[in-house]
Amino acid sequence: MKWDKWIRAVLLVVALSALSGLALITIFIFREGVPIILRVGAKGFFLSTDWEPSLGRFGILSMMVGSLLVTVGAAAIGVVFSLGLAIVLTQFSPPGLSAALKPMIELLAGIPSVVYGFVGVVTLVPLIRHWLGGPGLSVLAASIVLGVMILPTITSIAIDALQAVPRSYLEGSIALGATRWQTVTMVLLRAARSGLVAAVILGMGRAIGETMAVIMVAGNALDVPHSLLAPVRTLTSNIALEMGYASGDHRQALFATGVTLFVVITILNAAALTVSRQRAGRKRAK
Amino acid sequence: MWVLTGITFAVLLFILAFILVHGLPHVTWTFLTQSPASMGREGGIFPMILGTFLVAGLAVVIAAPVGVATAVYLAEYTREGRLTSVIRFGSDCLSGVPSIIFGLFGFVFFAITLRMGLSVLSGSLTLALMVLPTIIRTSEEAIRAIPNSYREVSLGLGATRWQTVFYVVLRSALPGISTGIVLSLGRSISETAAVMLTAGSALRLPHSLFDSSRTLALHFYLLSREGISMPNAYATASVLIIVILALNLLAYALTRRFAVKAGQ
Amino acid sequence: MKSSFPTLVVLLVFGTICTGCRRTSERSVSLLGSTSIQPFAEMLAERYAKDHPGEFVEVQGGGSTAGLQAAQRGLANIGMCSRSLTAKEALVFTSIVIARDGLAVVVNHDNPVVQLSVAQLRAIFDGKISNWNEVGGKDGPIRPITREEGSGTRESFVRLVMGGERIAGRALTQESNGAVKELVKGDPATVGYMSLGLVGKDLKTVAIDGVEPTVEKVLAGRYNLVRPLLFVTRGEVNPAARKFIDFVLSPQGQSLLAKEGLVRER
Repeated sequence: MKWDKWIRAVLLVVALSALSGLALITIFIFREGVPIILRVGAKGFFLSTDWEPSLGRFGILSMMVGSLLVTVGAAAIGVVFSLGLAIVLTQFSPPGLSAALKPMIELLAGIPSVVYGFVGVVTLVPLIRHWLGGPGLSVLAASIVLGVMILPTITSIAIDALQAVPRSYLEGSIALGATRWQTVTMVLLRAARSGLVAAVILGMGRAIGETMAVIMVAGNALDVPHSLLAPVRTLTSNIALEMGYASGDHRQALFATGVTLFVVITILNAAALTVSRQRAGRKRAK
Repeated sequence: MWVLTGITFAVLLFILAFILVHGLPHVTWTFLTQSPASMGREGGIFPMILGTFLVAGLAVVIAAPVGVATAVYLAEYTREGRLTSVIRFGSDCLSGVPSIIFGLFGFVFFAITLRMGLSVLSGSLTLALMVLPTIIRTSEEAIRAIPNSYREVSLGLGATRWQTVFYVVLRSALPGISTGIVLSLGRSISETAAVMLTAGSALRLPHSLFDSSRTLALHFYLLSREGISMPNAYATASVLIIVILALNLLAYALTRRFAVKAGQ
Repeated sequence: MKSSFPTLVVLLVFGTICTGCRRTSERSVSLLGSTSIQPFAEMLAERYAKDHPGEFVEVQGGGSTAGLQAAQRGLANIGMCSRSLTAKEALVFTSIVIARDGLAVVVNHDNPVVQLSVAQLRAIFDGKISNWNEVGGKDGPIRPITREEGSGTRESFVRLVMGGERIAGRALTQESNGAVKELVKGDPATVGYMSLGLVGKDLKTVAIDGVEPTVEKVLAGRYNLVRPLLFVTRGEVNPAARKFIDFVLSPQGQSLLAKEGLVRER
């Protein structure tokens, strides 16, 4: 009995240290980053495209736009291909095949981002430059590379969401005379909607956080991109490019960028959570 | 629909094939056991293999016990309530925070403030913090998924709380827990940006935890980005991919094996 | 047992931290900084290690400003910097010139342009000139490539060429000489600046104001885009680092650098 109490105490200590360690990181990042936002002003930080650290200008608007464009682009590609893949694997393929392919998809989630970036630089960027114009290092290149990278994430969550729809829904629809395809679009997708939305949101969260692959294919220009073929710099690339030598205000501005990313991810996560809770709520109501 | 699927798989397989076809021919025993020369243009990648092993391995060795212990405490010794939901949400957020932010934190806190410098230690501690939320989350989910009947039966048979947790619950939750740990190991091995600025990019063999060391992913990045040696870059990437695929296969096999055992 | 394991690990970690918070042994030398100097430092380190077995020299990149900061915070023994120090920096650091390096303007082999004036170069990089046919090339957009802000190469370029104008926001940014070289190698519309010593055969250099960028022209004082390559230290230099610096400044070290395309200092 005493042994039990002792163990519980040790676990408590470890748990507290771990959790407080993680909390400390959050506090540290905010403590380093928030003051500079206040000093430069919300307008000067969030609404200015003027990023010139040597002159004390820390406007991250062009990088926020960059991150946004690239993430939305990646999500668009992710949605099309991942959902298609998920639907095919759960509805239209023999059970053995989908069971074999699902772990393969998750295997591919482990490939390092630098490999994706490299293949993108060597194959995709020259293609874009040759056939579509521009430097090749572009919003388009980054969106495609990121889209491919978040495919496994979206696909596996989407598969779970689709498989969670009760068979009775689908059988009922077919019994009423709908075709397979109509069942999929009008019943399955609608029923699994919240899970699918959560999958896309979580995929976007992953895309926003990606650094290395984006540095390699996006061009890292400071201007706000004016087209899909223009080079772009994201919030994460900016931190990675400059953190080695930034000091003082500049470094705090990078932490502030971190704070921004942190807040965005939290909002995305909260959105995904709410969306999946809605679905659970609706199921319970039934 | 099938076209989309075909394209998806084609792209993913193409990426793997592209690297492996260009790289595998250069992966020789000498390559794996020698040190690099001339900035990586010649020689092998042994220090990078060791560096990756040290940085990523140490990170998981630190994070896994701490994470699992935390998950055990949260799942078994606390009641479900607002506090646990907040902690869970916090862990979820932190596991989604971009790794570069952990890198920034690690650089300023471990390397500079704690004066550990650019070292294996700075790198592993940073990575440990990075994967800790994920390990806590996946372990906690795995533990909570174990039906209460298991616990009740065990207690009913006279086992203490801790014996129940350790011998019954943890053993049954092992597939989920080990998958989380193996995936965290994979994530640590692939991590580049955070490692570059905490463990540094020194080419030579690290002699202590306080030496800087280069990981495979970083070496690949630098070789390819700066055009130092494309053959070596491909070879390094091939080694990296094989290691990660092996790890994921291990995770998959572990899940299946333990699931079968637990089903009995 | 799962209970004592985490405690053990935590103790182990703290033990290692506390016993070894000071930087590494006295027998190793660490250099960090300019990506222009990095390949040459690596080469010197390799030769040094061959002649002095047991001495470890470790070289990392990161850019000139990162090098200065590393020297300041003790992250490295020697910071590598490819631009001259500002007055404020000169108060804090000791700098030793190990060589001089030309700043070369590079274009792709398929680009017919062979010469530019400094004024044209400035206009290209601040965005005022945006088509190659304005400077004697084929019709097509110009894509200027620049370095990250902490780069000594960039800082030198800005001081020597830009004359107060800002580099265009649409310039592609790369974080090392090698990356610039790779990009220019692959895209005929690009133009970049990099260390003369690192250009190699894959790229074409452009004559500036009629003078070709070669080591001879730099030595003769005819080619004006030149910057010093510095080893920067702060305070006391440990004996191992002092030995390495002496090696770099020795005739042996200097001729190694000269062979690779730098302008020797001694």
